[in-house]
Amino acid sequence: MSKYYLSYLEELESEAIFVLREVWAQFQNPVILFSGGKDSIVVTHLAKKAFYPSKIPFALMHVDTGHNFPETIEFRDRLIKDLGAQLIVGSVQESIDQGRVAEEKGKSATRNALQITTLLDAIESNKIDCAIGGGRRDEEKARAKERFFSHRDDFGQWDPKNQRPELWNLFNGKYFEGEHFRVFPISNWTEMDVWNYILQEKIEIPSLYLAHEREVVWRNNSWIPNSEFLRLDEREEVVTKKIRFRTLGDITITGGIESEADTLEKIVQEVSAMRQTERGNRSDDKRSENAMEDRKKLGYF
Amino acid sequence: MEIERNELLRFSTAGSVDDGKSTLIGRLLYDSKSIFEDQLEAIENTSRKKGHDGVDLALFTDGLRDEREQGITIDVAYRYFTTPKRKFIIADTPGHVQYTRNMVTGASTANATIILVDARHGVIEQTKRHAFIASLLHIPHVIVCINKMDLVGFSEDVFHKIVNQFEEFAAKLLIRDIRFIPISALLGDNVVNRSDNMTWYQAAPLLHTLETMHISSDLNKVDARFPVQTVLRPQRDGFIDYRGYAGRIASGFYRKGDKVTVLPSGFSSKVKSITGPNGELEEAFAPMSIAIELEDDIDVSRGDMIVRSNNVPDSSQDIEVMLCWLNNRPAQPRAKYTLMHTSNEQKAMIREVMYKYDINTMERIKDDKQLTMNDISKVKLRTTKPLLIDAYKDNRFSGSLILIDDQTNETVAAGMII
Repeated sequence: MSKYYLSYLEELESEAIFVLREVWAQFQNPVILFSGGKDSIVVTHLAKKAFYPSKIPFALMHVDTGHNFPETIEFRDRLIKDLGAQLIVGSVQESIDQGRVAEEKGKSATRNALQITTLLDAIESNKIDCAIGGGRRDEEKARAKERFFSHRDDFGQWDPKNQRPELWNLFNGKYFEGEHFRVFPISNWTEMDVWNYILQEKIEIPSLYLAHEREVVWRNNSWIPNSEFLRLDEREEVVTKKIRFRTLGDITITGGIESEADTLEKIVQEVSAMRQTERGNRSDDKRSENAMEDRKKLGYF
Repeated sequence: MEIERNELLRFSTAGSVDDGKSTLIGRLLYDSKSIFEDQLEAIENTSRKKGHDGVDLALFTDGLRDEREQGITIDVAYRYFTTPKRKFIIADTPGHVQYTRNMVTGASTANATIILVDARHGVIEQTKRHAFIASLLHIPHVIVCINKMDLVGFSEDVFHKIVNQFEEFAAKLLIRDIRFIPISALLGDNVVNRSDNMTWYQAAPLLHTLETMHISSDLNKVDARFPVQTVLRPQRDGFIDYRGYAGRIASGFYRKGDKVTVLPSGFSSKVKSITGPNGELEEAFAPMSIAIELEDDIDVSRGDMIVRSNNVPDSSQDIEVMLCWLNNRPAQPRAKYTLMHTSNEQKAMIREVMYKYDINTMERIKDDKQLTMNDISKVKLRTTKPLLIDAYKDNRFSGSLILIDDQTNETVAAGMII
């Protein structure tokens, strides 16, 4: 530290901590949107640092599609206990049972789009005015346009053509009743930065990210995990492979990659040699060129 | 990837619609091997659908449906790439009608800006505007890329003529560091790789320039300014008496034992402890996010500033700023706005518009006092309570402010304190 400038990871960390503290100062009832994926884990880790020695002053909110990896839920519950934090769960199954949304039909049906209603309902019923997320601008071209403080209207919608300009480090979090904000403290991080940081900080992550033996099915150019929610057609075959996941979403849509990377060091090495973006294995993004943008406009995370 | 120098450089791009800005960014990413295969595949598909020969690298930067359909960039987007030397953040700002607003947004945190000039047209009004805004925003480094050199036969004379034109008018501006690079973004000359077509150009290509530029003095390391964001009071075992002032150092250094003054109250104390992201520190500097404890129990809250006692900022209710209007709704005469400055928030009124700039000629217009979208003007603001201010040219973070319209909650203006 004698050099009087920060390394890029230190600078990104400092920026994220600044943003998290700004959320705490400007909003009444913020939550961290926690999916159990590496990005929301990193955001939670940063929040721990931002408020140390105080506890994280935010509740964690999980939008539970019901189609989870069991490992994700175990990890979530353990982390919540360690942090002594409050967990809010928005359940897609409940939204379906209440008739708020209808299950998609067809072979490639997922509950991905259904999350939007559950998320917005949970935001409304818990009077949340700011949902902090692990979104990164490098993930997807529509996300490259996101602000740190991203305004959502009364319907939870994002209007990419009418975003508040963000200047210097002055974040405008003002809103009218019914509106809310999405805040992305790690906007400027790339997938590589996240992995380097996890390695540097020795942050615990779900075992799903590490290579392990698993039953999978080859579909849409990736290995989809076998689960009770998966409907196979006659040509599809369940095999056991050593795989790991680059991103974690619903068990029905998250594609694994064949890998021998069973330690963080090996993952960092593997990711730095990757020639595909991490969302290349998410079938929800492959539905159309504008899939992410369209979902975000409706209120998707 | 191990990064040798381990630094982060933020840069923005400026250029009008057909100067090849998107192509340049696409080329930079492509030649530095920062485009993934699936992204490239998507661009190849779109290029084919549009009937282009080869890959249109410009497509890489347009993220929104309307942008792809209309072939324009609507809003600032951020791109990332890393080389073995540095990590880069590009603020990709559209060169369209809303140029001033977008340039200001993209450039406010940039270490450097790239101004693109079409070699066939030389320095045009748009170039002057960009340079003028870069100067107003005190962007530490300006790189003028003279593009489309392939269309002027890679002529050394053309390059030097444009450099001379630019230097002549830039003499009136405040730009500390200007460099000129002849490039062809389309063909890749002098972007990442040295050009075989322009052997007369001996200096570094663009990427190497970005990789080696000295940026650690871009931040003010002299005036210690610590705006308090929030107060940490854990009140739990082991920390019953802890009272930490959390914030990000805007400029300068803080060391344990430093004699400091809390403003605006004016009470003095000493720094008892500094906590960084990884625990206790002996000293901390900008732009670190830390928490400071003081020896004495004094009342400190969000919006206050902890400074070194022998170096305090000005305090005033009457502030002169260069204001860039960002909103469709013009400034309302004598209307009150919410002003955000560091972590402080107050009501403010535009008391007087002294003059507006004609940013084409850089002349001052004194008879038109109406502030509309993209206008840059010098104004007098009055705030309800004194602000703790530095001049923007000395300190980008304690010298900048924004105005928010209470009717719409939108950020309507960006101000640089004079």
